[in-house]
Amino acid sequence: MAETDWRKEEDAILLRPIFATGRTYYLVVAVLGALVLWGLVSYIVQYENGLGVTGMNFPVSWSFYIINFVFFVGISHAGTLISAILRLSQAEWRRPITRIAEVITVLVLGIGGMNILIDLGRPDRLMNLFLYGRYQSPLLWDATSITAYFTASSVYLYIPMIPDIAVLRDRSPPGWRSFLYRVLAMGWAGTERQHKVLNRAVAIMAVLVVPIAVSVHTVVSFVFSMTVQPMWHSTIFGPYFVVGAIFSGIAALLVIMAVLRKVFHLEDYLQPIHFSYLGLLLLVMVLLWFYFTFAEYLTTYYGNEPNEMRVFFAKLSGKYAPAFWAMVACNFAIPLPILAFRRTRTILGTVIASISIIIGMWLERFIIIVPTLANPRLRQYAQGSYAPSIVEIGIMVGCFALFSLLYVLFSKLFPIVSISEVREGREKTVEIVKERLDRYKPGLGKLPRATT
Amino acid sequence: MPRWGMVIDLDKCTACQACVVACQVENNVPVVEEKEYRRRRAMSWMKIVSETEGSYPDVSQRFMPRPCMMCDNPPCTRVCPVHATYLNPEGLVAQIYPRCIGCRFCIAACPYTVKYFNWYDYHDRGPDELRKADNPDVSARPKGVVEKCTFCHHRLMKAKDKAAVENRPLRQGDYIPACVETCPSRAMYFGDLSDPESQVAQLAKSPRAFRLMEDLGTQPKVVYLSERKPYG
Repeated sequence: MAETDWRKEEDAILLRPIFATGRTYYLVVAVLGALVLWGLVSYIVQYENGLGVTGMNFPVSWSFYIINFVFFVGISHAGTLISAILRLSQAEWRRPITRIAEVITVLVLGIGGMNILIDLGRPDRLMNLFLYGRYQSPLLWDATSITAYFTASSVYLYIPMIPDIAVLRDRSPPGWRSFLYRVLAMGWAGTERQHKVLNRAVAIMAVLVVPIAVSVHTVVSFVFSMTVQPMWHSTIFGPYFVVGAIFSGIAALLVIMAVLRKVFHLEDYLQPIHFSYLGLLLLVMVLLWFYFTFAEYLTTYYGNEPNEMRVFFAKLSGKYAPAFWAMVACNFAIPLPILAFRRTRTILGTVIASISIIIGMWLERFIIIVPTLANPRLRQYAQGSYAPSIVEIGIMVGCFALFSLLYVLFSKLFPIVSISEVREGREKTVEIVKERLDRYKPGLGKLPRATT
Repeated sequence: MPRWGMVIDLDKCTACQACVVACQVENNVPVVEEKEYRRRRAMSWMKIVSETEGSYPDVSQRFMPRPCMMCDNPPCTRVCPVHATYLNPEGLVAQIYPRCIGCRFCIAACPYTVKYFNWYDYHDRGPDELRKADNPDVSARPKGVVEKCTFCHHRLMKAKDKAAVENRPLRQGDYIPACVETCPSRAMYFGDLSDPESQVAQLAKSPRAFRLMEDLGTQPKVVYLSERKPYG
């Protein structure tokens, strides 16, 4: 089947990273592997000695790990959610992007969840969550929501990939890979019935995944907003976190798209228009983020509650002012002009804006979590400060490296741009759009009903 | 069922810190080394917090001993995912050290900042001399768990055992935490708030009485007495 299909050659560039292995691949894997190892060693040091090896203290008892947890789970909103929304709205330009996005979600969710485990003082007692779990703790809401999202997005990544896996199965020489593809392809032969079932499953998952994704970052925010602490106890936190998550997610997606485009020479698939469209979406999120932030801070300021004001001024003009204003610059001042004008909304422009936003959103998590803990209500303790230790930095680097490494390995095993979906676009879209346009002709919609 | 509560008369308190030391010794609260102290990891279940009011020349300093408030509506127990901290039937906010997974959610949720985390195994790392002075009634906390003032819960258990052996009900004064017992200026009182006859219940009705951050609705069972306006 594979030999007779001429279109195979057309998308050969998507298969190349899987069947041809260059020296750069080994180099990248080795470097990333070394960084992951650094993170692993850091964690072992922490496991042996206790959380004392971190920079956390009294009263700043949450920091890097929780920041990274919120940050990574936020990034996860890039993928499945964006892909589902684009699929549901039948945005044609989604086709080369969906898989790139979905992989981000699955990997980053795992790493985000991992950060919660890293943060535990007694990871050896994790089973207590199952033995004595109490559902009134927002931490368990998180666990539920994230597990559901992880499962749903893994399925959502896998199902549309089945036809692609079948393509790989037909092309790979006998070996463990061919075996893997054969199992994963689940006997896909491309029959009409199979297509119908597949499309149905994808459609169901796309609908299912949207509310789950929204719930995930909402309950992540609940960890903070359910307490009565100053500047945490806010009803706006749920939607604020969801917006921030989608915001940072799109930024991460854009950066990864640009990298893949360069590395795998996907210029034909990921074109400037994709970056421009996603850039526009990002622009909307820039404005939404600013709106939420402004609303949140103005409300606090105007209310003038003393405990909140101490946190407020610690952020705006106190110890955390550099981080706060860097956040405003990175999330608003820098990306806004770049994304607003068509001339700067190029691939380079959107990537610069995205990197700025990723940094800015990490700082936002820091600015939300640390100043509140450092300024508790009892004023005497309000001299808390925090600086990360080498172990925390090592684990954070390890997390980023682990993400990159898994992404590289994924792209080594599966096509990072969905071959079947791109092909389907080429074959069917014109027909579908023509049919739709025909229906727009005046009078046609009414005619049949009038005659019957 | 009794509701154990504490009354602290700030007008009598001299901020001598005797309660702090008594608590530290009674409860095997680890004394952290200097390096850890500088990293703000010192533990003090009972702590004297101070507040400076006004500016020179019209300035005054106030002191206030701060144990666990033993809230009737504790923000910390609600967020615990494993029931390692909970409100027991006698109104004590208890900690189960062997169950705590060390997520520190309760620390983040407590508005009174009374909860401490064992960043290291401080008990094992402490000087041998101190370990010889350990109170055998109180378990040493391992690394990675949260701890806080328990109102010397072990003393309650002992008092109950003693009363059971002597075949009598628990009497007033049988159970008193170390800080209250030590207080040289007799500024602290302890007893059953549910018993209207008890000293604490009487004092809690005083016009001088207030509770810390009452507006949060946490309903603490530590009552302060002061001629001056409420603290905070």
